Amino acid sequence: MTALKLENIHKSFGQVHVLKDIDLEVSEGEFIVFVGPSGCGKSTLLRVIAGLEDATSGTISIGGRDVTTAPPAKRGIAMVFQSYALYPHLDVTGNMALGLKQAGEDKATIAERIDIAAKMLSLEDYLKRRPAELSGGQRQRVAIGRAIVRKPELFLFDEPLSNLDAALRMATRVEIARLHRELGASMIYVTHDQTEAMTLADRIVVLRDGRVEQVGSPMQLYNDPDNQFVAGFLGAPSMNFLPAAALGAKGATLGIRPEHLRVSPDGQIKGTVTHVERLGGDTNLLVGTDAGDTVTVRLFGQHDQRVGQPIALSYDPARAYAFDAEGHRLRS
Amino acid sequence: MNKARQNPLNSFAAHAALITWTVIALFPVVVILINSFKTRKAIFREPLALPSADSFSTIGYETVMKQGDFFLYFQNSFIVTVASLFFILLFGAMAAFALSEYRFRGNTLMGLYLALGIMIPIRIGTVAILELMVQTGLVNTLWALILVYTAQGLPLAVFILSEFMRQVSDDLKNAGRIDGMSEYAIFFKLVLPLVRPAMATVAVFNMIPIWNDLWFPLILAPGEETKTLTLGSQVFIGQFVTDWNAVLSALSLAILPVLVLYVIFSRQLIRGITSGAVK
Ligand SMILES: Nc1ncnc2c1ncn2[C@@H]1O[C@H](COP(=O)(O)OP(=O)(O)OP(=O)(O)O)[C@@H](O)[C@H]1O
Ligand SMILES: [Mg+2]
Repeated sequence: MTALKLENIHKSFGQVHVLKDIDLEVSEGEFIVFVGPSGCGKSTLLRVIAGLEDATSGTISIGGRDVTTAPPAKRGIAMVFQSYALYPHLDVTGNMALGLKQAGEDKATIAERIDIAAKMLSLEDYLKRRPAELSGGQRQRVAIGRAIVRKPELFLFDEPLSNLDAALRMATRVEIARLHRELGASMIYVTHDQTEAMTLADRIVVLRDGRVEQVGSPMQLYNDPDNQFVAGFLGAPSMNFLPAAALGAKGATLGIRPEHLRVSPDGQIKGTVTHVERLGGDTNLLVGTDAGDTVTVRLFGQHDQRVGQPIALSYDPARAYAFDAEGHRLRS
Repeated sequence: MNKARQNPLNSFAAHAALITWTVIALFPVVVILINSFKTRKAIFREPLALPSADSFSTIGYETVMKQGDFFLYFQNSFIVTVASLFFILLFGAMAAFALSEYRFRGNTLMGLYLALGIMIPIRIGTVAILELMVQTGLVNTLWALILVYTAQGLPLAVFILSEFMRQVSDDLKNAGRIDGMSEYAIFFKLVLPLVRPAMATVAVFNMIPIWNDLWFPLILAPGEETKTLTLGSQVFIGQFVTDWNAVLSALSLAILPVLVLYVIFSRQLIRGITSGAVK
């Protein structure tokens, strides 16, 4: 069954056309991640799905029901915001209960659901505290708890982890993945963090300028990008793009992932090491080629290259990507 | 911590400045208070002296109490001030919410129109207001004053409150919408508590001028039943003889209710429950 179906969604703010002809189908239990550069319309799309903004045109159905004109509370969704957006005057219990009270659930059901959510998120000890008395991580868990108790058909997350520090972000990421498995609910998750996108998603939707560039599983997008934008957007360090003519390849631009470049004395790409990043497990070399481009090389393990040292790089043409002048992928 | 702040010299200078300011601000109030407890002669001979066994007298307060209707005046002033503040805050906040929250045609224009009143003193329209009140039969009712003061306070209230409401996180309001709160519930339960300090500011700004106003009570509600405290005190000020004891005592008494209101509002100013709501 489809959890969410978007058809020809357009959204304009006055003269600004923010979302352009978005079509998307999410099946039940799927974890979908929206990624894209800042300002591409990820949040706007999420808010249109939530009903916080009306689509200028197009239809939205959730769980098979047309909800294009339904108010947010009647759409069977729950949303977790980047800023937590907890009600400051209510304690944790009150924050989680409010939506259920508004929906007219009876006291016993509310208490039971809060109990389950609190156990799931280890919030039992904090139920009587106000948001101001909680740490950032705890606040975000309360926000997630508030979403869980509503038993929505669709969870919406708008960059929920970007206010947390690195360690907490990792822990919460794992927690969200676990929740997704336990609840089996459909989730849509907005982020600009690659790691979150790659590790959480069943399918990633790459957006640019209000259009869907490509939809697919993380590995599909990584291994088989449709265009130069998707190729460059996923993967860290990002893909190297070199003029194809100089390397005797077809198309206008040749894309090579940093890990697919090798250091070899008879390599085709010659240059000088301009910077070395030693990460312990990996070593990243920045190389200025003699043709005037900069490429990143990712070597496994530890290497003793030094800045200023001449270097030659080779690549496997079978693992390189050819793009035409407009950035479209040329598949052989 | 900042070193400059710990410097004893700086701290001394800061305190000296603050104390000087406090003394200047409190001086007239103290003079009124001490003189209200003195005999008429003592008031004129040594206005700055504290009441001594010789000069102590409560004659002023006795006159004020005997004046009979003084408690009624008190009550009138209180009703007018509190009711006006209530309407200013209620309607001001509602208008501010609409202006800051909803995108509609003419939003900016409407905001400018509502703020225009800040620049135009309402007293310019006194004649028209009086005619209006006569026609509607509101002359010599407290409603006349309440309506005028509400109109007078709204522009600044809308201006200040809409600025503050713009700062209330959109996410918070949206979370309320997703939880099924109506727009009214969002306004009363989420937004109003968060702009409480701004509401208190508006209340304090409006309270004093309303309480002290002589102009509109004199013109719109001079009847015995509707006299306010400021107007009522005028009976002690004659063209040739002024009963200073009574005037000073009346003024001293008039300070009290405003002081109480101020304490209530300033508590709201200080208490901030917003911290931690949104990061
Ligand atoms: N209320 C609005 N009025 C006018 N333009 C808006 C409004 N909301 C968003 N936009 C515009 O829509 C575009 C997309 O905004 P959106 O918030 O969806 O970006 P985003 O992809 O979430 O970016 P980020 O990663 O920075 O959060 C932006 O160019 C923004 O300026
Ligand atoms: Mg966003």
